[in-house]
Amino acid sequence: MREISYSEAIREAMCEEMRRDSTVFLMGEDVGTFGGVWGVSAGMLKEFGEERVRDTPISENGFIGAGLGAAMVGMRPIVEIMFADFLMCAGDQIVNQIAKARFMSGGKAQVPLTIRVMTGAPGSSAAQHSQSAESWFMNFPGLKIVVPTNPADAKGLLKSAIRGEDPVIFFEHKMLYGDKGPVPEDDDFVVPFGKARIVREGSDVTIIAIGEMVKKSLKAADQLAEEGISCEVIDPRTLVPLDKESIIRSVAKTSRAVIAYEAHKRAGPGAEIAAVLAEEAIEYLDGPIYRIGAKNVPIPYSPILENDVLPNVEDITRAVKAYWS
Amino acid sequence: MMGKSNYSNEFLQELYRRMLLVREFELRAIEERRQGFIPGFIHSCVGEEATAVGACAALSKEDVITSTHRGHGHLLAKGGDPKYMMAELMARSTGYCLGRGGSLHISDFDLGILGANGIVGGGIPSAAGAGLAFAMRKEPKIALAFFGDGASNEGSFHEAANLAGAWKLPVIFFCENNLYGEGTPLSKAAGISDISKRAEAYGFPGICVDGNNVIAVYEAVSEAKQRALEGNGATLIEAKTYRFRGHYEGDPQVYRKPGEMEEWKQRDPIPTYRKTLLDSGKFSEDEIRAIEASVQQQLDEAVQFAKAAPMPQPEEALAGVYGNDHDGLVF
Repeated sequence: MREISYSEAIREAMCEEMRRDSTVFLMGEDVGTFGGVWGVSAGMLKEFGEERVRDTPISENGFIGAGLGAAMVGMRPIVEIMFADFLMCAGDQIVNQIAKARFMSGGKAQVPLTIRVMTGAPGSSAAQHSQSAESWFMNFPGLKIVVPTNPADAKGLLKSAIRGEDPVIFFEHKMLYGDKGPVPEDDDFVVPFGKARIVREGSDVTIIAIGEMVKKSLKAADQLAEEGISCEVIDPRTLVPLDKESIIRSVAKTSRAVIAYEAHKRAGPGAEIAAVLAEEAIEYLDGPIYRIGAKNVPIPYSPILENDVLPNVEDITRAVKAYWS
Repeated sequence: MMGKSNYSNEFLQELYRRMLLVREFELRAIEERRQGFIPGFIHSCVGEEATAVGACAALSKEDVITSTHRGHGHLLAKGGDPKYMMAELMARSTGYCLGRGGSLHISDFDLGILGANGIVGGGIPSAAGAGLAFAMRKEPKIALAFFGDGASNEGSFHEAANLAGAWKLPVIFFCENNLYGEGTPLSKAAGISDISKRAEAYGFPGICVDGNNVIAVYEAVSEAKQRALEGNGATLIEAKTYRFRGHYEGDPQVYRKPGEMEEWKQRDPIPTYRKTLLDSGKFSEDEIRAIEASVQQQLDEAVQFAKAAPMPQPEEALAGVYGNDHDGLVF
């Protein structure tokens, strides 16, 4: 199969959906002429024109809210937010309007709205341009939270989001944009929500890895294998809905669970997964559930400080080895 | 007060019927709440009937509106059915939102009512988005956002107005300036007294109308709609009006200026318009009374319908969070 990058896979998903459905359009800051500050929408303006690849003012609450209005009258907008940190500028629209519109209307409001957002560190982008915002929005029923970790999933999950019926926040990790991998060319290749992927099979410890931490977890698993510890790495792919079944099945096999995510450790996405395991799988567990997340301080600017705050491969190996110390 | 054109009798009496329906609906809802049939908030629009009715009279069924916490009048004026509204207020499973929304969230997508809103200014960006969709699809429709003077200080208003200006969207920003944002007078909340002046900053016209004159409101909105349909973009209409009851039922209203209420009651939009109809010689007292009786009957039926409607089953709370793929699932 041909290989393309995560960034190209996202663009391909958008282009294919825009070709098959005239109600799909993209808007966001600098998505048109600029091609997106991350280059994800490069070239799309030429194919689809200014109406459907729409540069917006720097006005997140306004244009995310406009996405809701357009969705409610029959469009399928894709709205790009440049940094996950900026989602909070649109907090009311996302949390009080978009998430709740269907429910409050007795199921009648249709909100097929995809919010694509760049997330994560490092890069000395400091405290307002580095955050992993997934768990902020897990507490709002009505949203779906998607975290693709490789090119094929990025394409397939984005197509599911665009074709779906519900508002989705789609978190694209900036350190993954350049990663290449095999991606199906089939127009109808979609990846369903709520299905975790076993990235690596193993028998001693389950590492549930979110976003870019999948790569770090695989490195940790390689190192641990040399020491005779067999790790299973699971990528939930979507946090809402969460594939509890696959996660619990793996933990039932390994009896040990480590959850790795780049968000702050406290109340990050792993906190919810740990709670699920404590409630529904405690009988399988032979030790504590360890969470590996960023330290609970704002993400610092200095590379030395930033490196200290963010979770790394060694944090994962240390947590795993703690079961035998 | 009869306006510029020679309006048909049907049109003129329909304006009266609708305003009265709004007024009497609110008074019924307040009474039913007092008796314990309505569990939640009511922010009544008593006194502001001419803005809702005049504005919606200029819209077609296909045009859409976004509404506010004080939304009952907008919904009824856009064609909302008082039966389903009253059932929703009474938290019944046959209400507009199946008992999940209540007063603050009533919508009817078949009638272009994209929803009341519990967040001040929360619906305004949706109107810009609906207008964007209509413009992209080249459909001859417009979106009208109702909001108050209070919401005109919210970022959502300014961001939506800026989008509508930048993109020349077919949107009407309709500000009902009732002089108070909850309990704080506009004079303390803004450095200007005419909200309409804010339009200039976004590159489209802003006009002031007498919000207690239903014909004046109708004509202003009709003109703005025409501009929008001709591709000339948005308009901000500020309708000056006054609410005759509290921000919510139970509001002690300590903030009112002495004499202010009495002064505005002289300009109550409903008796004023009633007198205009009679003075025109086009309607007899009996004809007006027949309209009044029909409104009362419609509301009797609405209240009866609501009281006879079933309460939701507890498990219904889990439905409708997501679309069909995941309906009824709680993750």
